[in-house]
Amino acid sequence: MTQTSLQRVLTTLGHKEPDRVPFFLLATMHGAKELGLSIKEYFSKAENVVEGQLRMRAKYRHDCLTSFFYVAIEVEAWGSEVVFCDDGPPNSGMPIIRSAEDIKHLEPPKIEETACLLKVLKTTELLKAKVGDEAPIIGVAISPFSLPVMQMGFDKYIELMVEQPDLFERLMKINEAFCVAWSNAQLEVGATAIAYVDPISSTTITSREMYLKTGFKVAQQTLAQIKGPTATLMASGRCLPIVGDLAQTGTAIIGVSVLEDLAEIKAACQNKLTVLGNLNGIEMRRWTPEQTETIVKDVIAQAGPGGGFILSDNHGEIPWQVPDEILMAISEAVHKWGRYPLNWVENDD
Amino acid sequence: MTKALVSEFKQALLMLDRLAAKRISAEGRQRLSPPEFVEKVVIPALEEVGEGWEDGSVALSQVYMSGRICEGIVDALLPPGDPDRKEKPKMAVAVFEDHHMLGKRIVYSMLRASGFELLDYGRVETEGLIQRVKADGVRVLLLSTLMFPSALRIKEVRDRLNGDVKIVVGGAPFRFDDQLWQEIGADAMGKTASEAVNIITQITGEKS
Repeated sequence: MTQTSLQRVLTTLGHKEPDRVPFFLLATMHGAKELGLSIKEYFSKAENVVEGQLRMRAKYRHDCLTSFFYVAIEVEAWGSEVVFCDDGPPNSGMPIIRSAEDIKHLEPPKIEETACLLKVLKTTELLKAKVGDEAPIIGVAISPFSLPVMQMGFDKYIELMVEQPDLFERLMKINEAFCVAWSNAQLEVGATAIAYVDPISSTTITSREMYLKTGFKVAQQTLAQIKGPTATLMASGRCLPIVGDLAQTGTAIIGVSVLEDLAEIKAACQNKLTVLGNLNGIEMRRWTPEQTETIVKDVIAQAGPGGGFILSDNHGEIPWQVPDEILMAISEAVHKWGRYPLNWVENDD
Repeated sequence: MTKALVSEFKQALLMLDRLAAKRISAEGRQRLSPPEFVEKVVIPALEEVGEGWEDGSVALSQVYMSGRICEGIVDALLPPGDPDRKEKPKMAVAVFEDHHMLGKRIVYSMLRASGFELLDYGRVETEGLIQRVKADGVRVLLLSTLMFPSALRIKEVRDRLNGDVKIVVGGAPFRFDDQLWQEIGADAMGKTASEAVNIITQITGEKS
């Protein structure tokens, strides 16, 4: 029996096999192409994003909608400049925390008074009205531990973490309050789950030893206050050495990197976490449709059996430069090879 | 003997222990001259740290802090202007278009910790960058970027400089697509900052 997208996702989250491998096509900017708008125009109105999301889902037959605009929207909310370009996501401008001392006077934005956040909430509400319970709507919040990269710059943040633990703790408290409020506001207007974007917790950036003292505790405290399911995204960073720790933060899903062995990750996550990943979005723009089918098939073979897997890119945002033809090839390959039971996997071995 | 020193020094760096690193440097200096200590201890230790990042056993925060610690130590051993510092060919490092400075900062620290002198242009865009490169007579340009569209636009910089300047690139987009650096016409790509040191050692060998 054919399941709805939401049923399919919930089944895989229960570590059982649904009717087919669910897949999240996290192509945010491609909605602008669908509407014939520039990226800046597209993100100027909730209605555009709603229409873009619905058209892409109809075209590529994937299993979620997202009210995510772009990463820098959160620092835009904190007062940072956002710089748009024609061929990629807008960049965050100059950091809002110029010196560590600024943290002493930092106040989080009030969601109800912040236009860019209200736009995201309106998008979520409109998507929910359209889709009901047929497909999940994924909201996004940057983790309190990862947001400072945009708030103060990566280098200054690492120095803060290592050399000024008191101010680091203070910043985490401020960011935690915002992250919880922002996540719950999205859930209240219809988001099904929150993608907790936390690349700084990845072992690419932070050693496990430091993670356990910092990002791990922050995630445990923050996720406990978010009133809905969460998925922790590493945005291309590695996480194999901390899979067991991530499971203890209360998250249900982890978004994993193409830099790690997917089968190994899947084995480590067995019955604890659902794996989301791990197509290489940067390389994707020069794949052929034939290559795409081979790669998707291989990813399904590695992580599909037994459920607990959602196919996606490894970053959470597919680059603007990836042609529609390849997005379509991904979709066709998932529909062709992702149908359970995956008997072909054993035969291919 | 030097091997044990490298291992001890690297351990101090990975623990982000500035004081231990300084102590080891002081001990090493009883047997090695400043340039020898840099060549035989600092650079190999930083190389191993960089390799650790490449194989996933070392985190970027450790790479960054290691570079900063070594930069301070090498600045004390070989102050700017010291005849043992390598100042030619003229080099500059910059972040291209975005505000994510970490990669550039690591490369800058690693190169300075390896005894090279270079200009730090901070964040640049095409027009300003071309003007500064020409005005300063830069022969080797290191560009770091986090954002994929910015990486693609380095091709314009390459074209505008007419191949007169060696361009070395690095940053996340290049790590996820190992053909990208050739596509944009760069002369080399470093996956890690210690690779950047090797590339620059090779280029400066060719150019000096």
